[in-house]
Amino acid sequence: MRYSYQRRTCAIPRAKMFPKGTKRKFSDSREEPVAGGEDVNQSSLAAVRMLSSYSLQRQSLLDMSLIKLQLCHMLVEPNLCRSVLIANTVRQIQEEMTQDGTWQIMTQALSAANAAAQCSADRLVATEVLCRQTEAAQGEQVPKPFPVVGSEGCPAKEVLEEEAAAAEVGMTMSTVSPQAPTSYLPGTFGMDPCWEEEETGEDDDDEEEEEDSEECGSGSEGEERERDSLVEDTRTAEQVFGTFEIKNPAPSPDPALEELFSDVDASYYDLDTVLTGMQSVPKMGPYDLLESLSSHGPSPLSSSTSCRSDLNELDHIMEIIVGS
Amino acid sequence: MEAVSCRCYQFNLLLVMLFVTADIISTVEFNHSGELLATGDKGGRVVIFQQELESKNQPQCRGEYNVYSTFQSHEPEFDYLKSLEIEEKINKIRWLPQKNAAQFLLSTNDKTIKLWKISERDKRPEGYNLKEEDGRYRDPTTVTTLRVPVFQPMDLMVEASPRRVFANAHTYHINSISVNSDCETYLSADDLRINLWNLEITDRSFNIVDIKPVNMEELTEVITAAEFHPNQCNTFVYSSSKGTIRLCDMRASALCDQHSKLFEEPEDPSNRSFFSEIISSISDVKFSHSGRYMMTRDYLSVKIWDLNMESRPVETYQVHEYLRSKLCSLYENDCIFDKFECCWNGNDSVVMTGSYNNFFRMFDRGYRQDVTLEASRESSKPRSVLKPRKVCTGGKRKKDEISVDSLDFNKKILHTAWHPQDNIIAVATTNNLYIFQDKL
Repeated sequence: MRYSYQRRTCAIPRAKMFPKGTKRKFSDSREEPVAGGEDVNQSSLAAVRMLSSYSLQRQSLLDMSLIKLQLCHMLVEPNLCRSVLIANTVRQIQEEMTQDGTWQIMTQALSAANAAAQCSADRLVATEVLCRQTEAAQGEQVPKPFPVVGSEGCPAKEVLEEEAAAAEVGMTMSTVSPQAPTSYLPGTFGMDPCWEEEETGEDDDDEEEEEDSEECGSGSEGEERERDSLVEDTRTAEQVFGTFEIKNPAPSPDPALEELFSDVDASYYDLDTVLTGMQSVPKMGPYDLLESLSSHGPSPLSSSTSCRSDLNELDHIMEIIVGS
Repeated sequence: MEAVSCRCYQFNLLLVMLFVTADIISTVEFNHSGELLATGDKGGRVVIFQQELESKNQPQCRGEYNVYSTFQSHEPEFDYLKSLEIEEKINKIRWLPQKNAAQFLLSTNDKTIKLWKISERDKRPEGYNLKEEDGRYRDPTTVTTLRVPVFQPMDLMVEASPRRVFANAHTYHINSISVNSDCETYLSADDLRINLWNLEITDRSFNIVDIKPVNMEELTEVITAAEFHPNQCNTFVYSSSKGTIRLCDMRASALCDQHSKLFEEPEDPSNRSFFSEIISSISDVKFSHSGRYMMTRDYLSVKIWDLNMESRPVETYQVHEYLRSKLCSLYENDCIFDKFECCWNGNDSVVMTGSYNNFFRMFDRGYRQDVTLEASRESSKPRSVLKPRKVCTGGKRKKDEISVDSLDFNKKILHTAWHPQDNIIAVATTNNLYIFQDKL
């Protein structure tokens, strides 16, 4: 079953996207001078139209950027520079949307919509490990500032937490304390000293709390699990923030990548072509992507039992190694 | 009559050689004399070309290069801890100045730097007492006389052997290596750190720059390129993804996190967009041969900086300004993240960089003239002068102009190199290497 993600952009010539000039504010439309008579309607209509098209463009850029961050190379470590630049772009958009007030509107709409929906097994999944960890540390409300990338060797849960924080600047989320994954320390095995920074995540007082009970995983994670299940928990944020070249100009693509994305076309909004490992993924609305980035309470795995057993195995291995 | 050195660069280039490579070319570099040209590719191979000496003195044939040596520098590796492949793609090659008969170069992939020795063998010893010519051992009892082995000429053999392997010093992907003018040390830079090595010592390196934040969540800027000053062995620069260049003096402190100079141009508010930061990210930084200037390449322009002035560049050249209105599409297809390199000519009067559609651009700094040329088989008939190209940015398209919408963004020239002394240039398209020379 394929679901299409509605393209949110209007038919605006690309050349006109993101016009030069200073950032618009919501209030601009209200400040349009009243010319009188029909002209008033025309000019304010035009202003509203321009403003909404700008908003749509901005939204589509945000969506595009989030997808780019989510999808990652199967085998090769993604480009950190690219990830940082995309994440900075997302942050910029979010800051502007927060100033405009559109961010709050959007998140309220999201939480209203999702409160009604059930967290079904078909949704984007979390790793079993991830859920176990969130159980352990639940109750701690530690919203984090918007992070770009996790450290090398950080477990998937941390990765997704950070993505969630990335997606929800100014919003609330019940994140998991970063102290939770102390049992997962691939960094201690040699190369990566980065996971020394295990102090508790920032308490950002500016961020509110939000209850969101959605799944805590990303589709691409689940998909990769199908293929390379032992990879899961050692995936770094960099891998998740990796690159997916939609219209990949490289002449000789990685065959594994090709196989993975063989049915992806130029419409990057076709999320399902990416999530081929999933079964009957429901149609995703525009903001579901943001939702899917949050990591929250436990939710059931959706995929096959082989996946589950592999995760158990990984768990077992980790326990042995860590000696816990 | 003006002297040749004062004249505007003529931009009359002839195609002399065209090599088709097996894999995508990922780096191109002339050695210090220009006699050798090294290329690295995505498959981890290095191919070295040598200038034909017989034709070196003939004006029209200076650009004739032939394959001199080919070797596998890096192999793909697998990082078991992270379950990730380490690509064998050669990111950079840098030659060491020649000290003896052999040539040395450094080649690096994402994680490991190797020092290769390339040496010629054109003689071999013959006349052993205990061995036959084919290597079989002689029965000692048949030896009746003794002779001294002598060297006899043989067909030239070029051997490449790895002399040093500098590994395990980089957590992130290496983007630059640069040999110091002292010829004893070199630096290697990854996304967040720069290390200083001694060419003789492989098990130790000194970290001289570390911009990794304590909390990785706060990471917003990475190192994109680094280079040693050509004359001052204590000075190096590194560029960032936010469009800044930092000049550091290693005498100031062991860890050069504090820069001596910060070069940054204030943003033009009228051009502000969500892509401003991305296009300001510097993809390459190169000192001039004189050491007085440095050049940086960002997505749309080339900037020349005077090392004595940090506030803004002294010269700015637009490479393909017509792409500014296409940034959203280029973001969508990831082209906006392409890392173009740039280079100086031998006397720092002309700079060159690549673009899309197999175009490359040259800017004469003195006369403020520039040209767009194309490296393609269709447009490059051997020995005929390259015709300048023009991109039509709007309105009526003239004959021979190319409209922006028909540019091929899959054909990009990321790597170019200029002979250190002569007007010979090497231009790499995806898997073709073009060598052009000046028409005299």
